[in-house]
Amino acid sequence: MQCCVCKEKPATVHLTQIVGDKMQKLDMCEDCAKAKGVNDPTSFAMADLMLGLGASQELDPSAIGAELKCARCGFSQADFKKSGRLGCPECYRTFAEGLAGLLKTMHKGVRHTGKAPEALRKTRESVDRLKSLQKKLAKAIDTEDFEAAATLRDEIKTMSGPAPAKTVR
Amino acid sequence: MKDIHQFLCSPADSTHRHGPNDRIVMSSRVRLARNLRDHAFPGWAKKPERVKVLETVQPAIASLPEMADSFSEAMDNLVALDKQILVERHLISREHAAKNVGSGLVLNRTETFSVMINEEDHLRMQALRPGFQIREAWQAIDGFDSALEKKLDFAFDNELGYLTACPTNLGTGIRVSAMLHLPGLVLADQINPIIQSVNKLGLAVRGLYGEGTEALGNVFQVSNQMTLGESETVIVERLEKVMAQIIEHEENARQTLLEKKPKVVFNHIGRAYGVLANAHSISSKETMNLLSLMRLGVDMELFPGAQRALIDELFLLTQPAHLQKSLSDKLSAEERDLLRADMVRERLKNVSRPVTK
Repeated sequence: MQCCVCKEKPATVHLTQIVGDKMQKLDMCEDCAKAKGVNDPTSFAMADLMLGLGASQELDPSAIGAELKCARCGFSQADFKKSGRLGCPECYRTFAEGLAGLLKTMHKGVRHTGKAPEALRKTRESVDRLKSLQKKLAKAIDTEDFEAAATLRDEIKTMSGPAPAKTVR
Repeated sequence: MKDIHQFLCSPADSTHRHGPNDRIVMSSRVRLARNLRDHAFPGWAKKPERVKVLETVQPAIASLPEMADSFSEAMDNLVALDKQILVERHLISREHAAKNVGSGLVLNRTETFSVMINEEDHLRMQALRPGFQIREAWQAIDGFDSALEKKLDFAFDNELGYLTACPTNLGTGIRVSAMLHLPGLVLADQINPIIQSVNKLGLAVRGLYGEGTEALGNVFQVSNQMTLGESETVIVERLEKVMAQIIEHEENARQTLLEKKPKVVFNHIGRAYGVLANAHSISSKETMNLLSLMRLGVDMELFPGAQRALIDELFLLTQPAHLQKSLSDKLSAEERDLLRADMVRERLKNVSRPVTK
């Protein structure tokens, strides 16, 4: 078994922590364990140790993504664990899966509802509107309210209708 | 190159800036974190990339009308002492003071806008206001950001909002904060429950210089922590409400102390005056804590004729870098303690001992 931190040396230090009904496991080599200050397993929360951000999130091996690296800047998940910071804006896409849970514990919500650059504000609003119309349409169809569905469908059509010539093939 | 000392307004002038509720709220600030779309964050970018970002961002900021008269400099052109002075003035963070090549600062003349370039993010822009004015500070920085987005391509994601180096700042990238002087709550032993309840609302309470610092001089920084999932206005309004409540608690604590334990109050303030007016060696930490009590005394009208601005000026002048700057020779901490005491004694010469009501 490899060390889950450096992913080089064999793991000789094995830790299991149970918080509530969740079990977290860590396997580290001696050097990494020392570097992380692991000598008293009761004195720290493992998730905090690994993520460095106070997030008590279950360590999902697939989320750790052993070799996942940002194609744009070369930043890896291991770098994130070390610094708690990301490498570049694109990293948010690269590590989206691993970050999702973290963001949930950190913030009020996972979707931005505040200011947007003006250039994007309009598209943002129309995307939001389109989404809500589609939701309403699905509901109308569900409840077999075909009259409403027809109006909604027309509205959606006109919204996506006068799109610029880009859509012409 | 402009001299930062000629640019900064004097401590005497800076303490004469007034704002609503400045008895308790020393200053308000709103900062926004922004990054350029096509560059690695400062902590990961190599030196040439950081320099390139600085060269892109610095002129864009300096070209804004708000920054017509500004101090714009690369951090490697500032000496350690000057950076420390900027920290003591709360114009840059301690983290930014540690930066060198590839980082910069743009500060306007009235010290109401300060932008750190390549701190943790490409841009950390902040609007500063005296007293309790977080809404005004938000409106100011909102306009500043809107003007800047026409010149710079900010990293923004439809779901996640403004993208920041640390996920804790994601979304709005906003930090709304105010510095509160709360000696009444400290003396009345009510500060801890207040801090706990503020924490429960998802807000942070920190010391004088932000993250990981002590509450020297009974000064506390209250700020939001969560930045994603709520709009800027919602965050600003929540902080406004919470701070208004803290102000009320502080006023009540002062009132109650004077009514129920006047001797305790007079004792603390009298001793603070006694030490400050007579000491021949004093550390900056002790000075701040005692000045805080004298400030409380001024608020309670126990020092007739003394101005709060005098205390605030001393609060700034006695901090290590400001003290060092006023002297020509490089001094050890012990030597500074002697000179600090001399300065404080001299300045308090015309302030007579506190009256008891």
